Amino acid sequence: MKRFFLTAFGIACLLKSFSQQPSDSTGFGSRKLKIDEINLVSSYYGQNGNNAAVTGGIGTQKLTDIANVFDIKLVKYDRKLRKHVFDLEVGIDHYTSASSDRVDLKANTSASYADTRIYPALTWSMENEQKGRTISAGVSSSTEFDYQSLGANIGFAKKTKDRNGEFSARLQAYFDQVRLIAPEELRNTGLAKDNGTDNRTTIAASLSWSQVINKNLQLSFLADLVQQQGFLSLPFYRVYFTDGSVHQEKLPDSRFKIPLGFRANYFLGDHFIIRTYYRFYKDDWGISSHTVNLEVPVKITSFFSISPFYRFYSQSAVNYFAPYAQHTGTSGYYTSNYDLSKFNSNFLGAGIRLTPPKGVLGVQRFNMIELRYGHYTKNIAMNANIISMNIRLK
Amino acid sequence: MTPQKIIIATGILAILATSCKPVKEYQKSKLNDSEMSLSNRKVEKTELSFQAYREGASGANAGKSGGGCGCN
Repeated sequence: MKRFFLTAFGIACLLKSFSQQPSDSTGFGSRKLKIDEINLVSSYYGQNGNNAAVTGGIGTQKLTDIANVFDIKLVKYDRKLRKHVFDLEVGIDHYTSASSDRVDLKANTSASYADTRIYPALTWSMENEQKGRTISAGVSSSTEFDYQSLGANIGFAKKTKDRNGEFSARLQAYFDQVRLIAPEELRNTGLAKDNGTDNRTTIAASLSWSQVINKNLQLSFLADLVQQQGFLSLPFYRVYFTDGSVHQEKLPDSRFKIPLGFRANYFLGDHFIIRTYYRFYKDDWGISSHTVNLEVPVKITSFFSISPFYRFYSQSAVNYFAPYAQHTGTSGYYTSNYDLSKFNSNFLGAGIRLTPPKGVLGVQRFNMIELRYGHYTKNIAMNANIISMNIRLK
Repeated sequence: MTPQKIIIATGILAILATSCKPVKEYQKSKLNDSEMSLSNRKVEKTELSFQAYREGASGANAGKSGGGCGCN
């Protein structure tokens, strides 16, 4: 609760400092900072399954998560008519997890049963619209009981002369700290890391190229290079060996990932939009995966659309995965986390979006409301449902 | 990637590159539709989070490429 009030106080101070920017009295054309839009995204997520990593690949994965993300975008033009955008985002998640409750096997609704995560982020960008050039920088953090993450990023984007293509590059860095909470029966045994904290660092370079092909079609290519270093296991995940002994999950302290993505969006006729996405992913832990996403927003009227979507995902397992009680420990690394096993998943659902010209419910500033539901299934007996809502004020 | 896949990918790129037509700003009414955006929509934000937690792969979607826990 204390963290919540500190975050709220921080936002209030930040907004106050923005609103106190001195107004331009020189007549050189700079415009005061003003609110461009405010978004609130809320969602409820619930999942079920029977392969919890906390209990070594068996046991309930029942989990619920309520998320709220508040996002305010402020815009200002400076004297050189460059556009400055400040984007402040604050997210708060509250989750309950039946498997986390089993860090202590004897517990029933222990302290680890529920937690709250708070994740503020601030991004600034400056666009020179004449030159088609944008630079950006941002900072972020994420805090929960056993995990703290601090992030920073810088970016650059340049449009082509005809404004039909754009190249962008972004560098992100995350400095995370994991609190070493071992399974209850492994504490003070010398068999597990169970004291203090350990670090995890992520450096990611992202490149993208987007291109207008014609009046109806545009596409983009995306490539990331991600290097992670440090403690990449989770300290309270159990692994049972064939001899019945229990161990703390152990994964390499380095991971290199290459995801490559492609998007193409096509406006078909006057009422259909075809949104497609494909991603190929490979890392040096042995996962290679394919993701295909198709969404078809149907514009019933100019202000109302329905968007059915389908996503297919498949991955191979990491080299260090084995189910419950099948590890021998000979490889030196081991996990029974089924999120790193071989599986396919399907995600199917639909959204509705309403943008009436006089505002939602006749409130002019209430510019848009979007509702979306999706059902997610893995072929390893895990399923989830998520319902999300986005409200936009302008 | 097999040679066949490289040839197919190169072919698709060549077709797309040659079919590019310069589009003026006033001709971009459909491209500027908010649902034509080449990025994820705000309402998808929490979906992308849970997918990153529940799956081994992540990234290449102009979003966050690290940080946070994903431990549940």
